[in-house]
Amino acid sequence: MTDARTEILSRIRTALGSDAPGPTAAGVVPREYRSAGEHAPGSDVVLALLVDRLEDYKAHVHQVPAADLPGLLADLLGRSAKSQVIGSSDYRSPDVLPTTRESATQESAGRGAVVVPAGLDPAWLSAADVDVHTDSRDAPMSAAELDQVDAVVTAARVAAAETGTIVLDGEPDQGRRAISLVPDVHVCMVRTDQVMQTVPEAVRLLGAEPARPLTWISGPSATSDIELERVEGVHGPRTLHVVLVS
Amino acid sequence: MRLALAATCIGDAMFPQAPRAVVTLLERLGHEVVFPPAQACCGQMHVNTGYLAEAVPVVQNHVRTFAPVADGEWDAVVVPSGSCTGSIRHQQAMVLERAGLRAEARTATAVAERTYELSELLVDVLGVTDVGAWFPHRVTYHPTCHSLRMLGVGDKPERLLRAVEGLELAPLAEAEGCCGFGGTFSLKNSDTSTAMLADKVANVVDTGAEVVTAGDWSCLMHIGGGLSRGGTGVRPMHLAEILASTRESPVVPGAGQAVAR
Amino acid sequence: MSTFLGMPAAREGAGPSPQAAPGTLSGIGRPEDPLHWGASFPDAAKAALENGQLRRNLGKATSTIRTKRARVVGEVPDWEALRDAGSAVKTDVLARLPELLEELERNVTARGGVVHWARDAVEANRIVADLVRAKGADEVVKVKSMATQEIGLNEALAEEGIAAVETDLAELIVQLADDMPSHILVPAIHRNRTEIRDIFLERMADAPPDLTDVPRELAMAARSHLRRKFLSAKVAISGANFAVADTGTLAVVESEGNGRMCLTLPETLITVMGIEKLIPTFDDLEVFLQLLPRSSTGERMNPYTSMWTGVTPGDGPQEFHLVLLDNGRTKVLADEAGRSALHCIRCSACLNVCPVYERVGGHAYGSVYPGPIGAILTPQLTGEKSDLPYASTLCGACYEVCPVKIDIPSILVELRAREVSLSGASPETADRVWKAAMKAASFAMADGGRFRRAARVPRLLRAISRNGVIRRLPFPGSLWTRSRDLMEPPQQTFHDWWAEREERR
Repeated sequence: MTDARTEILSRIRTALGSDAPGPTAAGVVPREYRSAGEHAPGSDVVLALLVDRLEDYKAHVHQVPAADLPGLLADLLGRSAKSQVIGSSDYRSPDVLPTTRESATQESAGRGAVVVPAGLDPAWLSAADVDVHTDSRDAPMSAAELDQVDAVVTAARVAAAETGTIVLDGEPDQGRRAISLVPDVHVCMVRTDQVMQTVPEAVRLLGAEPARPLTWISGPSATSDIELERVEGVHGPRTLHVVLVS
Repeated sequence: MRLALAATCIGDAMFPQAPRAVVTLLERLGHEVVFPPAQACCGQMHVNTGYLAEAVPVVQNHVRTFAPVADGEWDAVVVPSGSCTGSIRHQQAMVLERAGLRAEARTATAVAERTYELSELLVDVLGVTDVGAWFPHRVTYHPTCHSLRMLGVGDKPERLLRAVEGLELAPLAEAEGCCGFGGTFSLKNSDTSTAMLADKVANVVDTGAEVVTAGDWSCLMHIGGGLSRGGTGVRPMHLAEILASTRESPVVPGAGQAVAR
Repeated sequence: MSTFLGMPAAREGAGPSPQAAPGTLSGIGRPEDPLHWGASFPDAAKAALENGQLRRNLGKATSTIRTKRARVVGEVPDWEALRDAGSAVKTDVLARLPELLEELERNVTARGGVVHWARDAVEANRIVADLVRAKGADEVVKVKSMATQEIGLNEALAEEGIAAVETDLAELIVQLADDMPSHILVPAIHRNRTEIRDIFLERMADAPPDLTDVPRELAMAARSHLRRKFLSAKVAISGANFAVADTGTLAVVESEGNGRMCLTLPETLITVMGIEKLIPTFDDLEVFLQLLPRSSTGERMNPYTSMWTGVTPGDGPQEFHLVLLDNGRTKVLADEAGRSALHCIRCSACLNVCPVYERVGGHAYGSVYPGPIGAILTPQLTGEKSDLPYASTLCGACYEVCPVKIDIPSILVELRAREVSLSGASPETADRVWKAAMKAASFAMADGGRFRRAARVPRLLRAISRNGVIRRLPFPGSLWTRSRDLMEPPQQTFHDWWAEREERR
């Protein structure tokens, strides 16, 4: 009896029969589509496009010069840590996405907790009044520990404006996939020069290191499973802040 | 021009007012119409029902009959049906090819290249949208699936209708939705077909039109059958019948066929 | 009662399966064969058409998503060029499938993954169950996956005492209701918000008792229900949207983050993937990541796409298994005319535009693959006689929206031809009647003279027409006249009119 691998491959070859191409007959793929946008990465048009798309997804977008980052982060993280804590039934507001620990059941008295990847510039959080946990592949936090954290701050690898997409590739300033997933608030820093107009530009940049674990993020998590009505915020972070840093 | 008319089997046997209107219209526009009497059917019914072997002699007869167009005997073949034109263009050569009839398949392709659905012929080949018609009635247009998607006639039929003097074109809701005919689908899946028809009929009635028109009598037979069963009083008419109507010889809605009152 | 987990449901054979009665929470049960269950299509469709609630749910949902899709596709200037590329890439994949699969296997293995091959559902289920058992797990979390629905993995695991928890909101709804998916993308499309609330209240142990039917609340209830499972799961099972041969990269496209939870937190990940889901190069993702989201959910991009290549030390699952599944795909591949059904990227755009699907819903198709793509894929995968190729008016709406340009209407015609040859020697009356009618029509329509005589026959019906229409015909004409009138045939055929006119000249 042949093993499954041998049999499947032989079935395929039989199925293709005489249609099996010669070494040069592999289909020629017409690539008439746009492989790049007409606007330069980081140009005003491209940035405006990204902002428009992200806001359409109900993400919050902030544009600041690098010097103002610590202040903005202090503001954002302070807000998320002090916001109302939700219990099991306190999620009725249609417009406000809750942004705190699920396990808590009372007003958060202490400081908020934030997780950052080990490679993130420590100066960015210098002004924030929060407990900072550092996570890395060598010293990872458990899922349960991450669940106790209010927010995560990461950098990004690249963004595609037309689709409102940001990609993380797990490098030290972006961290393990789990840290940008379990906390309920994700603050993602994108340098303006990382913003491409089109998806092909982003793919080709990522293609330089395709084996890295990639997470493509386009807004907060969402579902359309109930009557195809879109609801933002399900299992992944329910609040996404994108900070465009010039 | 010398134009050969393919009357279509359903037009010939059941709705001759449509091919007759094509003759009237094209002659009025100064063209010569020829009707090759050896014609019967394009083979679409057999193909779409899966009877490809039975389709072969039918297709062969059509190709043989209209082959002179490929030699310049006629300038074009005109068909008052989107679905038959679609079948001629996209199925005939395939049917012959599968039967191993290579040379005939090539002829079929050559004939198909010179075969046009009525609105295509008028707008693209003859270059007219105003055919000098007069039809003082409120009309709604149903774009049949095959004319819309297999041929891509686009808005040509509406442009022709808008140019008709006295005609008021009423927009049809969910116009591009299939009426549910689908040939043998209407029998094999009668319940689903009827559900689709009910929605189409309701949308037609909502327009307040006296007449529903289309480029295919097969779909009109279905929609008309539903309109009649519902006692709606709306009449189905082929696009050609409306375009054939003038002040001198007006066509009365429903003159071609009676409808239950 | 607690949630339905690991309890093997009552099995239904391929015989008539109970229709879920309108207004009840329970679904239709889990069939023995996920690719072939329930009544014949015409009968199942008839039953579905009688369910007013179902028709309202479907009509509302499909029209919503059609509008969304049209809007986001309309803003892409090079959409047609992307479709051309997507289609050509898939054609190329099928032509080079053996080499590309071997290349994928090499690359996944080189990055620490383990590749398994499964000839059919039984073999795939066996592989997965053994892997889960080896980890000592009795519960697994699942990412929505058509391949695992197709092989009935959950039921197979349940028989081994392993509970498979669906974590996609709609799959969870379907699972709680002991139902079958009715749509490729939105498996619970046949349910409305109120029904979903009732299912949660009755079958989700930790559902808040004051749960309302606001979609946001329902989604949050599911979030709370699944959160602990995500944080503690040892093994996850997923499908794959794409597998890149030249890098060994797998991709899962999703919205809720349940996919990320499953693909990221558990120690072990098992992915079951149809052998056709390949793309040759990483760069090809630039085509499909534009085509899929817009066609599927009508979004410019779905919220989350995860890509992983084997195992990344210190990040995500440290054990990765890829199960490559045939289960009839090589049968599809053998059919030159129907082969392009394997281009399908499971976007479901064809379902959303299909006038038949919109009215009868997914369950009428008796397969986890419903709608136009199901009508071609299901009979090809099973190789059995089927009435699904006839479940279409050939209106062409599916072909128009398909992001990889599968000419579904043409394949339906091909499959009808196959059905005709399968029924060639069929003793069934209906088959014999059709065959005889088509033969007779072929004879009459192959010659102008014969047709001219035959075309006069309908005139005989004028004898039974009243006020210009015929309201009742005997069988098989009754299939028409039960809901439509037939217009009275003309006094004179066109052939005869033309001949008379020529004589007068």
